[in-house]
Amino acid sequence: MKSAVIVFPASNCDRDAAVALERISGSKPHMVWHGDSDLPEVDLIVLPGGFSYGDYLRCGAMASQSPIMKEVIKKAKAGTPTLGICNGFQVLTECGLLPGVLMRNAGLHFVCKTVPLSVENTDTVFTSKYGQGEVIDVPIAHHDGNYFADADTLDRVEGEGQVAFRYANDNPNGSARDIAGIVNAKSNVLGLMPHPERVIDQQLGGTDGAPLFAALTEALS
Amino acid sequence: MKARIHITLKAGVLDPEGKAIENALGSLGFDGVNDVRKGKYIELEIADSDETTARDNLTRMCEALLANTVIENYAIDLEA
Repeated sequence: MKSAVIVFPASNCDRDAAVALERISGSKPHMVWHGDSDLPEVDLIVLPGGFSYGDYLRCGAMASQSPIMKEVIKKAKAGTPTLGICNGFQVLTECGLLPGVLMRNAGLHFVCKTVPLSVENTDTVFTSKYGQGEVIDVPIAHHDGNYFADADTLDRVEGEGQVAFRYANDNPNGSARDIAGIVNAKSNVLGLMPHPERVIDQQLGGTDGAPLFAALTEALS
Repeated sequence: MKARIHITLKAGVLDPEGKAIENALGSLGFDGVNDVRKGKYIELEIADSDETTARDNLTRMCEALLANTVIENYAIDLEA
């Protein structure tokens, strides 16, 4: 599986994503600077976590206008699997690849802890190695993870099976309908606030994120 | 031409920051403060001299970047 990790100014999970991808897929991802306008031919695009552009204006708003994003949007719309983690999820909503928006956490605090998630849709290239309803432990670390969309959009997203992950116990950020991650209508774009790339090795606290990368590797190699 | 743009949260969108500001005002002794909503204010200078063109350009700026219309409204004031 050939992959690319987009690096924005103040991305800070880009190397974690690269380690996870290399460890599980066996091949090193291309690290692509946000100012580039050419994207190499890849099977997977990853928008990593961080605080791109210092969260100026709104989280992900400036990054969504980066030169490379024109290519990312074009490839994602053409069907290339695209994964946005944390800040990457915010960028995906800001550029319109995913519906809704990530607002300030309802409790106003930055929340950094491991939370249980339930896997809501296993029929995607990202989630096929999890069981339906399986509960996995994945860390979150964000200030703006409060997923919001209007009621019609939420009903549509639910009805189409686009909710990929939900917070299983306490909702840590006030997100609508406990949503932690969603896919687009074609299921080739996933955005999620939790960090699967941080739990791919028992020595780092867990392995519940590994099946996501393993599923991608199997489907895209 | 100077433009002043107010960006506000749509009605019905929860505003935890506004709520925190309201609570802080209450704890400072300002009673009777309700419905605090936090927004953004952006000033900018544009080269357009025609008001219709300016307003059209500013609307496109708001739609493309300055506001997220999923949750925010915007209002444009122009000063010749």
